[in-house]
Amino acid sequence: MSQHATKAHAFLANEERANWHDQSLWMVREKRDRASGQIPDWEQLRDCASGIKDHVLANLDNYLEEFEAHALANGVQVHWARNAAEHNTIVEGILRKHNARRVVKSKSMLTEECQLNEHLHRQGIEVIDTDLGERIIQLLEEPPSHIVMPAIHLKKEEIGELFHQKLGTQAGATDPKYLTEAARHHLRARFMESDAAITGVNFAIAETGGIVVCTNEGNADMGVHLAPVQIHCMGIEKIIPKAEHLGVFTRLLGRSATGQPITVFTSHFHQPEPGREMHIVLVDNGRTEQLGREKFRNSLKCIRCGACMNTCPIYRRSGGHSYGATVPGPIGSILTPGQDLKRYSDLPFASTLCGSCSDVCPVKINIHEQLYEWRQEIARQHELPASKRLSMRIAGWVLASPARYRFFGKWARRALQWLPRWMVYHRLNAWGKGREMPEPPRQSFKEWYQNEKPKQS
Amino acid sequence: MTIGLFIPCYIDQFYPQVGRATLELLQKAGCRVEYPLAQTCCGQPMANSGCETDARAAYAHFVDTFAPYDYIVAPSGSCTYHVRKHFDILEQTDTVHQVRQRTLDLCEFLHDVLQIEQLDSHFPHRVALHQSCHGLRGLRLGPDSERREQRPNKPTALLRMVKGLELVELQRADECCGFGGTFAVAQPDISVKMGRDRIADHEAAGAEVVTAGDMSCLMHLEGIVRRQQRPLRVLHIAEILNGARL
Repeated sequence: MSQHATKAHAFLANEERANWHDQSLWMVREKRDRASGQIPDWEQLRDCASGIKDHVLANLDNYLEEFEAHALANGVQVHWARNAAEHNTIVEGILRKHNARRVVKSKSMLTEECQLNEHLHRQGIEVIDTDLGERIIQLLEEPPSHIVMPAIHLKKEEIGELFHQKLGTQAGATDPKYLTEAARHHLRARFMESDAAITGVNFAIAETGGIVVCTNEGNADMGVHLAPVQIHCMGIEKIIPKAEHLGVFTRLLGRSATGQPITVFTSHFHQPEPGREMHIVLVDNGRTEQLGREKFRNSLKCIRCGACMNTCPIYRRSGGHSYGATVPGPIGSILTPGQDLKRYSDLPFASTLCGSCSDVCPVKINIHEQLYEWRQEIARQHELPASKRLSMRIAGWVLASPARYRFFGKWARRALQWLPRWMVYHRLNAWGKGREMPEPPRQSFKEWYQNEKPKQS
Repeated sequence: MTIGLFIPCYIDQFYPQVGRATLELLQKAGCRVEYPLAQTCCGQPMANSGCETDARAAYAHFVDTFAPYDYIVAPSGSCTYHVRKHFDILEQTDTVHQVRQRTLDLCEFLHDVLQIEQLDSHFPHRVALHQSCHGLRGLRLGPDSERREQRPNKPTALLRMVKGLELVELQRADECCGFGGTFAVAQPDISVKMGRDRIADHEAAGAEVVTAGDMSCLMHLEGIVRRQQRPLRVLHIAEILNGARL
């Protein structure tokens, strides 16, 4: 079995927990349905967002330069990173210059992608993730399982136990309000003593050189306002042309992500406070390469709402960790093969191609079509398991000829009729694991049409 | 107008009664129907596994077989979708283009082309419609739960013409059943789990029968129903529209 299938098997071993996971995420999907239903022109809004993003991707070089020029004019220091290592070195350099030992960070999938925390930790710099969910998994030393709700795989009892051990809360406490309050006090102290603040970026506006960060906890603001130096790390695809375009995306983002009309905080950062520094790190890390792949280009439109994960029937029943990638779920399965085809070659197959992801996507990424296309690409680059490759070659040979099709069809049916049960249902019959095989009829439709039908009329 | 009846490979081999129901239904509606004996498969099994180059010969054979017909009608949203969507790797000659355009799912054909308004069938049972993903989101046979749009639901409109039939509402109106072609054997745990969850939803809705426009979803669901010895019955929509009895 593939890596994903093996991990899914383990996830499903505890069926009660798998059901709970499925239902928690389905509830979020339903909230999204209600919230999107409140906007009469929801589909037009999606069209509009998709159009803006397509336009940006087609003109990315110009918009990036425009953004940089305006940011520089605002007094921001702009850095360019080709890859994760350069990004980490740049951030480390800024922190060293300020002799920063304690850093607070607000949720950023990009720094997760670049493994910034691990890098800084090795350099003796402490990074505290300040979103509640991120902080929970940081204390647990686990990667996020979802891009918007990183600790969605954990139950409140488990968080209570974790906080009891790490933060000294009462043993057995499970009240979310009590636990959140405890986290708040714990984090407040970290904010007060921080030397620098790092945030991700949801949108970067070329026209103004400003960036926008969307959070529900206000931790990006608190971090930035308290620390003497602020660093914002962003993928180069986060650009939008004008401030007037922002409303299109903020209306879609909150509703798609959690069913909220808008995130609680939409924080705009344009320039450093007097006497302080503001840095923006623009990161490529494979994005230019993806931009060059015509069939997969528009995966870069993603605004990281996570709606495709909440709707994905496979994600809900296998959990985010089963994907083994920073960005899990359907969108992750079209982004990761571009980064490392060999390593992630099983992910485009972790889908039934049901298409729910594409229809829920606020920027209309044709996710399931790209999954299909990645499958073709994986076969072309010889990364399919040999058994699969061979069986498909044989199937193609059989199905291209009426005589071969008829011959093999007939013998397959007969075999199913004649063989004893133990020879049909064994270890190698994956279909038979939880299902009966179809009951083979005496005649195929074709045989009936040729033999019996003429007698009827 | 002559219709080329396309009976997908697994229906031909395992569910001949669905092929017969489709043929009879079309004939009762006054169509001239031919079933070209040379037909095999739309090629989807290979293509969905990433091996569309191995499917190319099956594609070309499909086009040759069905080129003479005014319409090609199949009791399958999924195979229809595959022909329309993925035969793009063939050279797009006029013939290829026409075959792709003229290939329709049975419900689509009855609803859009024949525009039938009544059916002479009686099925006094509580029925739940499993909307196959390729029919629903691929061919847009109805509105899905993700998009905010108005459009008729073609299979539902047809089922409503059957006397005595009571359509029940599901908790999750259009969640995937977990079949997914080779996914069913590549990821058997999730596939079966998804199927079991769909069946539970249908049972909770009080359905006696689950129907669908795609026998592949039903083959998967039926396999689970039989393994678990549950009372739920499985019938293709063509069988119900054609006056099947339990």
